[in-house]
Amino acid sequence: MKATFISAFAVAAVLGGAAQAQDKITFEYWYGLSGYLGDVVQKTCDRFNAAQDTYEIHCVGQEGYANAVQNTIAAFRAGQHPTIVQSFDAGTPDLMMSGQFYPVYEMMADYDIDIDWTDYFPGISNYYATSKGDMVAMPFNSSTAVMYYNIDDLAAAGWNRPPETWEEFEQILNDLDAVQPDHCHYGYSPSSWVDLEQFSMAHGIPVATRNNGYDGTDAEYVFNTTLHAKHMENQLRWYKEGLAEIKTTQGGLNTRDAFAQNICSFYFGSIAGHAGVHATAVEGLNWDVAMLPVYEGTERKNTVVGGAALWVLAGKSEDEYRGAAEYLKFLATPDSALFWSTNTGYIPVTLSGYQKMMDEGFYDKAPYKGREVAIESLTYTPVTPLTRGLRLGGFMQTRKEWTAEMEAAFAGQKPMQEALDVAAERSNKVLRNFERTYKGKTFP
Amino acid sequence: MRRAYFKNNWIAAALVLPQLLIIFVFFYWPTSQAVFWSLTFEQPWGGGNDWAGLHHFRELLSDSLYWQSVRVSLVYAAGTTVLGMGLALILALFVDRQLRGYRQYRVGMIWPYAVAAPAIGLAFRYIFNPTAGVMAYVNQVWDGIWDPILTGWHAMAMIVIAGAWKNIAYNFIFFLAGLQSIPRSLIEASAMDGSGVMRRMRDIQLPLLTPTFFFILVINITDSFTDSFGIVDTMTNGGPARATNLMVYKIYVDGFEGQNYSSAAAQSVILMVLVILLTFVQFRYIERRVHYS
Repeated sequence: MKATFISAFAVAAVLGGAAQAQDKITFEYWYGLSGYLGDVVQKTCDRFNAAQDTYEIHCVGQEGYANAVQNTIAAFRAGQHPTIVQSFDAGTPDLMMSGQFYPVYEMMADYDIDIDWTDYFPGISNYYATSKGDMVAMPFNSSTAVMYYNIDDLAAAGWNRPPETWEEFEQILNDLDAVQPDHCHYGYSPSSWVDLEQFSMAHGIPVATRNNGYDGTDAEYVFNTTLHAKHMENQLRWYKEGLAEIKTTQGGLNTRDAFAQNICSFYFGSIAGHAGVHATAVEGLNWDVAMLPVYEGTERKNTVVGGAALWVLAGKSEDEYRGAAEYLKFLATPDSALFWSTNTGYIPVTLSGYQKMMDEGFYDKAPYKGREVAIESLTYTPVTPLTRGLRLGGFMQTRKEWTAEMEAAFAGQKPMQEALDVAAERSNKVLRNFERTYKGKTFP
Repeated sequence: MRRAYFKNNWIAAALVLPQLLIIFVFFYWPTSQAVFWSLTFEQPWGGGNDWAGLHHFRELLSDSLYWQSVRVSLVYAAGTTVLGMGLALILALFVDRQLRGYRQYRVGMIWPYAVAAPAIGLAFRYIFNPTAGVMAYVNQVWDGIWDPILTGWHAMAMIVIAGAWKNIAYNFIFFLAGLQSIPRSLIEASAMDGSGVMRRMRDIQLPLLTPTFFFILVINITDSFTDSFGIVDTMTNGGPARATNLMVYKIYVDGFEGQNYSSAAAQSVILMVLVILLTFVQFRYIERRVHYS
């Protein structure tokens, strides 16, 4: 633990020392994406450095969202933090409450950079905005959950379109089971982001009271009493009936790889996996993506953004802030948006960026065809108080509690309802601790 | 016996100072910081903390799932220690008998200790993989007999084996050194009196090995509480359903992933106290049975 702290400190000190030796104004950016996606982040930095010669950005990969935030906190406490940090969706309330950042709407105004804030998709901007609608962080890699399905398998079962409702989904699972009983139909692994968060958004049902925490830190989880409970009961039943199979990385193949290798016919996941499925798909895999199904009798709502945003941290010099502002401005240009979306599966975050890509026919051709489904899902309806997102402190812990309880239910240790009740109860404790830690404070 | 000492205490203090400073900076200061955090509501990004008293300790000690974490930690500690020490002892006894090829064998036995815990985790993750690894063959014969993805005790068995495997090399070195320091004349004399291999082990080698045995026991138990993180992180993530949520892993998850610094600090304090207690118990009660000469 202390080792992380010290190594972060050392890295910061070394880089800081190196930076001062040059004439350009340098500043740091720590990002969490790793592997191929991390390389693309690095390329955006190289592009920025090549595009102008006043500033130089040093981009340091931290191997994982959680690491990026942890190391930044450690560095922040030592006064050696980067100017910009990439923080993931679930960390938003904690960062917001800390107050240790320079809100981007303020920064852009201070440095006379004109940004049309209304240009951002509401499903994205609301997640990172104050109660007044001002964006405190810059949406960067943005995604939402979609359904991946195997066209050929569905055709074999007599379906020439993807399911729109969960009832149809179950019917298809049964039809698939009739024609190819030895095949895996639905590769599943409990995912709070898909099964709880995006599911609740699409159905317009609350995850917690007080409009999912937007109205106050005294919110309480209610997901154990909503349609989510019925949905989890159904998923458990499908698993027990052999219609779904558990696929995890620890088990050898995660749901996405199982789908790409033509082992399973369905999986649910981030649109960011679109490029990955393309890259790893077996020869001749005929597949597409569609919006998450909803239960019959529900009016479909928009889903919300997942992924991460860029935060500008407090305690930096004016020069560094100017550089950070220039970098964020650079990222917001349609050209950069196109570069980012082309090389990853992430979606453009602005209407104009999306429009430019539509005009250029980006989504008409493979391998990008299908990614527009994410935009359709994000903008399906205007944002309602229940589909703005989640503003629930310590949400990373809640995800863990939920996952552990779902594992218990799928292992047959306890009934689903009991597992959900325990998950909600323990998550409420997390909220109470958060409320107590930031006693007397409210979200900006 | 004549004792040597410095007449000038200032020189002595100056010579000791660097060491004391290191201990202070890397041990006492972080520890006092953890104790302080455990008694407050610490905001992750700094910016103030409220006094909490024993709130976090009360929350933890009244939480059945925290006790569950303590329980699985004890199971893991007992499992890795018994397995790791038992196998290392048997291997060391064999090497000590200098059977054919024992030199190569000795080098081979020492290597695994140089492998980092996460790397061991990855290797064993493959070996124990129910669908793609070595255990997949077993699953083909008896369908679904091995499933660490959903079955808690399978996952526990898996990390115990991985943890023990890592410790065997370390234990082996010490056991072998201990065995080799036993005077050959004793064993030879015993052999001339007609005692067999097993008898010599039981009556001469094992009793004379107890100091090593005791040392290894303390190190293994402490190690299993504090150094199991890498294995759990790569192999199970504490799952399924918290079955392998060892205390040290829970501290990481609650503190660094969940950003609940105060609760994590309280857990660190409890873990520290537990390890101190266990070590104390071992010195107090087990050391009595140790023969140093």
